[in-house]
Amino acid sequence: MAERSNSEEVKLLGMWASPFSRRIEIALTLKGVSYEFLEQDITNKSSLLLQLNPVNKMIPVLVHNGKPISESLVILEYIDETWRDNPILPQDPYERTMARFWSKFVDEQIYVTAMKVVGKTGKERDAVVEATRDLLMFLEKELVGKDFLGGKSLGFVDIVATLVAFWLMRTEEIVGVKVVPVEKFPEIHRWVKNLLGNDVIKKCIPPEDEHLKYIRARMEKLNIKSA
Amino acid sequence: MATEDVKLIGSWASVYVMRARIALHLKSISYEFLQETFGSKSELLLKSNPVHKKMPVLIHADKPVCESNIIVQYIDEAWNSSGPSILPSHPYDRAIARFWAAYIDDQWFISLRSILTAQGEEEKKAAIAQVEERTELLEKAFNDCSKGKPFFNGDHIGYLDIALGSFLGWWRVVELDANHKFLDETKTPSLAKWAERFCDDPTVKPIMPEITKLAEFARKLFPKPQA
Repeated sequence: MAERSNSEEVKLLGMWASPFSRRIEIALTLKGVSYEFLEQDITNKSSLLLQLNPVNKMIPVLVHNGKPISESLVILEYIDETWRDNPILPQDPYERTMARFWSKFVDEQIYVTAMKVVGKTGKERDAVVEATRDLLMFLEKELVGKDFLGGKSLGFVDIVATLVAFWLMRTEEIVGVKVVPVEKFPEIHRWVKNLLGNDVIKKCIPPEDEHLKYIRARMEKLNIKSA
Repeated sequence: MATEDVKLIGSWASVYVMRARIALHLKSISYEFLQETFGSKSELLLKSNPVHKKMPVLIHADKPVCESNIIVQYIDEAWNSSGPSILPSHPYDRAIARFWAAYIDDQWFISLRSILTAQGEEEKKAAIAQVEERTELLEKAFNDCSKGKPFFNGDHIGYLDIALGSFLGWWRVVELDANHKFLDETKTPSLAKWAERFCDDPTVKPIMPEITKLAEFARKLFPKPQA
């Protein structure tokens, strides 16, 4: 039974192409929580967004019964603690800790490093690609013998790491730089296939064609040269 | 649980190590404190934290836990039946505590640190102004979270108190270096009183480093360019 006492009013301020926003949608959908999605224009921030997240002024913001929560990893933990069906964090304290560790690693290390490619060409760009690959190797090793980063089924880290599967790897197509070649990262490629076998993931990630168009336009704007 | 093998790799001067120590003290957990030598990293550290190669690392029954805020949460969950709760009990309050703890590390500390690394007076002034601005937000956060009680967490020291309070020694060192007071009764009345209470707390007092010792260490870490 859905936990009706907790699911009264849920709104999500997000953006269709943002990995941080989509991960919240994945979590809510996995738990069967209905929510109202409020698409935000991040180039022209709404007064609602500024009111609900005055500190960072960023999406996603989850609003539950009028109370706002910001920062995607914080929101994900809140969702898991509030709607108990289909837990996304493991029960065991050590495993939970490792899930938090790897999630932070994806956002603070992989994402931040990969983004350094902006505006770089030649040797500088190669260095960023190398650095990103070194970090991805940790995920590659984590996946050995597992269907998902969460183990047998999709979990917290998988949800967070969709950033790698559907943003970093889609960006490769556009800029023509194979950051995650299958020969070097067979486990990651296998994991992406497993993700795509999951209905919630398929439903909640941005549609590929539209997404590729968006990434292309963004790369051009940020002046990231295609190969 | 109390007799299980607990080790902490760290240093007397590190803010992040302090967080782990306060949490261990709150839960009355005995541990072996393995102090690193300044300027080199031990085999054990490199082996236990191959990803970041940084302290603190908590080793509980031979299993390493890294990242200070993650360690604090682990301590709270693994020893949930002993001592006070470190995180608040309500999911929304937990989300707010996690949000501000992330803010402190990702934004507030970055501006504090830039005072010490500032090149020239202009840069220093700008860094100081930014810290002032961000500290004002923390003053408000304190009033919102504490709801009139002595700590961010209420009656006892908790996650967010630990996150910010561990910086108090270094904060004082920066104040002395910049010749500028951030915490005072007129600008930040709530935080100023909280800071005193925090430093006087029996779980904190024995491990808060002496300011003169810390200032001396700071001079080693952030040498001033020769005039």
